[in-house]
Amino acid sequence: MKRRKLEELFFRSLMVIATVVVGGSFFLIVGTVFIKGAPYMTWDMLTKTPGGGFYIGKEGGILNAIIGSLYVAGGATVLGLIISIPVAIFINMYMDGKKFLSNTLRAAFDVLFGIPSIVYGAFGFLIMVYFGIRASLLGGIIAVTLLVIPILVRTLDEVIRTVPLELRDAALSLGATRWEMAKVVLRQIRPGILTAILLSFGRAIGDVASVLFTAGFSDNIPTSLHEPAATLPLAIFFQLSSPVEEVQGRGYASALILTIIVLGITILAEILIKKFSKHNI
Amino acid sequence: MTQTPHISVQHLNVHIGNQHILNDININIPDKKVTSIIGPSGCGKTTLLKSFNRLLDNTDGVKITGKVLVDGEDIYAPDAEVTHIRKKMGLLSQRPYPLPMSIYDNVAYGPRIHGIRKKQVLDELVEEQLKATGLWNEVKDRLNAPATRLSIGQQQRLCLARGLAVGPEIILGDESTSALDPVSTSIIEDLFISLKEKYSIVLVTHILRQARRVSDYIVFVYMGRIIEFGPTEEVLLSPKEELTKEYVKGFIS
Repeated sequence: MKRRKLEELFFRSLMVIATVVVGGSFFLIVGTVFIKGAPYMTWDMLTKTPGGGFYIGKEGGILNAIIGSLYVAGGATVLGLIISIPVAIFINMYMDGKKFLSNTLRAAFDVLFGIPSIVYGAFGFLIMVYFGIRASLLGGIIAVTLLVIPILVRTLDEVIRTVPLELRDAALSLGATRWEMAKVVLRQIRPGILTAILLSFGRAIGDVASVLFTAGFSDNIPTSLHEPAATLPLAIFFQLSSPVEEVQGRGYASALILTIIVLGITILAEILIKKFSKHNI
Repeated sequence: MTQTPHISVQHLNVHIGNQHILNDININIPDKKVTSIIGPSGCGKTTLLKSFNRLLDNTDGVKITGKVLVDGEDIYAPDAEVTHIRKKMGLLSQRPYPLPMSIYDNVAYGPRIHGIRKKQVLDELVEEQLKATGLWNEVKDRLNAPATRLSIGQQQRLCLARGLAVGPEIILGDESTSALDPVSTSIIEDLFISLKEKYSIVLVTHILRQARRVSDYIVFVYMGRIIEFGPTEEVLLSPKEELTKEYVKGFIS
């Protein structure tokens, strides 16, 4: 009897410790970024592009990187969705009786999911060289799109598979075509699509390696797809590698901005998911 | 059974993978009657039901041979149009699966995909079918509420209304009351009885009491074969076959 109680106590303590470690590290990370970055958070950081002496501690902000990151992550997510939704529908609803093929495709996307983002960056770079595109917003969007497609396809695939087959049968028995049935399924998984967008955007906005060669860097806000674009992770990297204390501090402020953007998107997604799931079973 | 059958199944065989699910099925489902398919779990009764509106098509590794004639037209003929066939039949599944939309849109969904756009026509259709399933008074003030807000029994009646809205001739019920409470069950059973004036109804059930109460004819299926088919009283009270006797007495299940 005593042994069983000890066992209970032991494993319960393990769970509590693990939970504290995970929860604690979240606060530790956000806290560090906040404490180190907050003193350097100025209105200028958010509203101005780097001035002449920005990198030695003079005036300016990182608006170029904020806008650049939103462009790259937004563009890649939109482009990724346009490609991923048809793929996910096709795998799930048009490949009946071809289980081997659809499962092979799923495995392929799993492999793509695991490929490090620097490989996508390199591949995107090759595509750009082939088409003669220089480091630009477009190049960045292409590389990041490649990065997020596997995330989108796998997430959408998972959520589509949670839709009961009977719902599809229900649409079909009303005389719906396959595409009409697919539309019902898409409606059913709207919260899931939002989750996929969120995951994709979060990954896209924080990734450095894929934009390293492809998007380039610029102190200006890009005004066309062919201009180089700064991104937040790269801006953080450059600022943190500076020997000037002022600039390092701004690096943490930039990290804080990135964290707040991701946090904001997460909260927004939560709200939207609640709103959209009201029709669901 | 002198009238012409509504569904006529001839030498139907269904294999899924290397399993022989239905073995040489021959049956004539009478017009404007309630026919219940009974049998133990896994005997193939749901497969038989789903073969009537070609919902088996999407099953992995399925092979179907033989004929199923609906109104004399072979639905498995190479040139048969599957959406047209399915429109003729309303399906009521084990649990209600309302479409992810409002109550109104659930009923209007079918007519809309078949090309009815006029608001006034849709309004009338929705009202008519919700009345036919006894839901109208319960939902008329909240037609735009999500269908999932309804109780499960109401959802099942909504699914029936949704099926009726496309103007089918046949209603297929796949253990349609198995997820419902007794009150909702008896409402659905009463609906089946009243709807047979206009529709031919085929039900799969494992509740003999329900089969007896609702149906005019009974098909007993065992291990993928039809063992007995006849009027309800005959099959349930004085079965000809030994297997049917055992099933009805509850020896096999």
